[in-house]
Amino acid sequence: MDDDGMVAREVSADFPSLDRRDEDQLLPQLVAHLREHRTKLRQEWASRIQDAHLLHAMTPQEMAAETTSVYDNYVEVLETGSVEALQHYARDLSERIIPRGVETHEVVGIVLLLRDVLARSLFEKYQRDFALLNRVLDAYEPAANRIANTVAVSFVDERERVIRQQQDSIRELSTPVLPVRERLLILPIIGVLDSERARQLTEQLLAGIRTHRAKVVVIDITGAPDVDEAVANHLVQTVDASRLMGASVIITGLSPEIAQTLVTIGVDLSKMNTIGDLQGGLEEAERLLGYRVTREEGTSS
Amino acid sequence: MSTGPALVSILRQGSYLIASINTALDDSQMLRFQEDLISQIGQHRSRGVVIDVAALDVLDSFGSRTLRNIAEMARLRGALTVIVGIQPDVAFAMVQLGMTTGAVHTALDLEEGLAYLNTNCAKQVRSVRDGQ
Repeated sequence: MDDDGMVAREVSADFPSLDRRDEDQLLPQLVAHLREHRTKLRQEWASRIQDAHLLHAMTPQEMAAETTSVYDNYVEVLETGSVEALQHYARDLSERIIPRGVETHEVVGIVLLLRDVLARSLFEKYQRDFALLNRVLDAYEPAANRIANTVAVSFVDERERVIRQQQDSIRELSTPVLPVRERLLILPIIGVLDSERARQLTEQLLAGIRTHRAKVVVIDITGAPDVDEAVANHLVQTVDASRLMGASVIITGLSPEIAQTLVTIGVDLSKMNTIGDLQGGLEEAERLLGYRVTREEGTSS
Repeated sequence: MSTGPALVSILRQGSYLIASINTALDDSQMLRFQEDLISQIGQHRSRGVVIDVAALDVLDSFGSRTLRNIAEMARLRGALTVIVGIQPDVAFAMVQLGMTTGAVHTALDLEEGLAYLNTNCAKQVRSVRDGQ
């Protein structure tokens, strides 16, 4: 059995005195045993999962289907020693169950339960011959550990991928650059500004100035709860960079707290054009651009 | 001072000069450009200068200082300078490195720069007339 090479090598590295030929025979024996008692072991596993109150986001039918394929994959890895197929399956499974709120501890939990169920069954089978049992477990344990490890890592990887994706889309959504009149952009900032977001904001604003040929930009920070020194300095830099591109910036919506913080930490805002609220900022911007907004008499508001 | 062919085209457009920097200039080429431009302001009796840096993806501290100097020299020779076409990346890099164009006006592109000169140079001429 060439495919068992990896597992067998691992084992013989730990126990160099063991006979290689014997080891090579053990895993196929194990696998044959696990295949033979497939239904019984799988059912036992499923009931252990239920006892442990894991995976209650899934229906019994789904659970039966998933446990069957996890079981088959598990045995296959024991047989071939290659975790690639399992990795693929685990990633696929994670993709399906993460949106349904399955937690990391549940996934790790069910794999460890399966490992336990199979170990017990091996124990039962080989309990008469203690030396053989020992060698069987030596062959089984490293492979089982690797499987548990693979499944957990695949699950966490998938989760992180989902989180990264969501972070990206939140960032995209959270810094819109909106043209309101010809050559006038507004940039409402909602939520906490960290340095990564501040950097992205600058990038989008400068690109926006170029595409919309903006002359005036109103940055409204009413929705930003807090501004620290780094972010304040970044804002100053953004204003300077916009000026280099020929656009003047008006900052509106500085809350009393932020105003006090900025003055206390001593950020130089002398070059910044600030106006109390967004309405005032828009009016000032319209004045700068030469717009005159008039209201017709007699229109009901 | 380098005596080779000029690397920056300086075009006369009415009472304005338009200088487009099409390629990255080293320090001596930058100084050559400065010399050419300042002498041409006198020759053409220009009232305004547009320096277009849209093709530059890098502007070092020497470059931005020279641009600032050119603007100051041009002012002494009676011309108003506007720098146009600074790319977003360049703009932010300049600010982060603490390089500014000082009091020199900047505009988005050539069109904007000319519009700025039209507004501000006209005023200059009128105020001279009013004064006399």
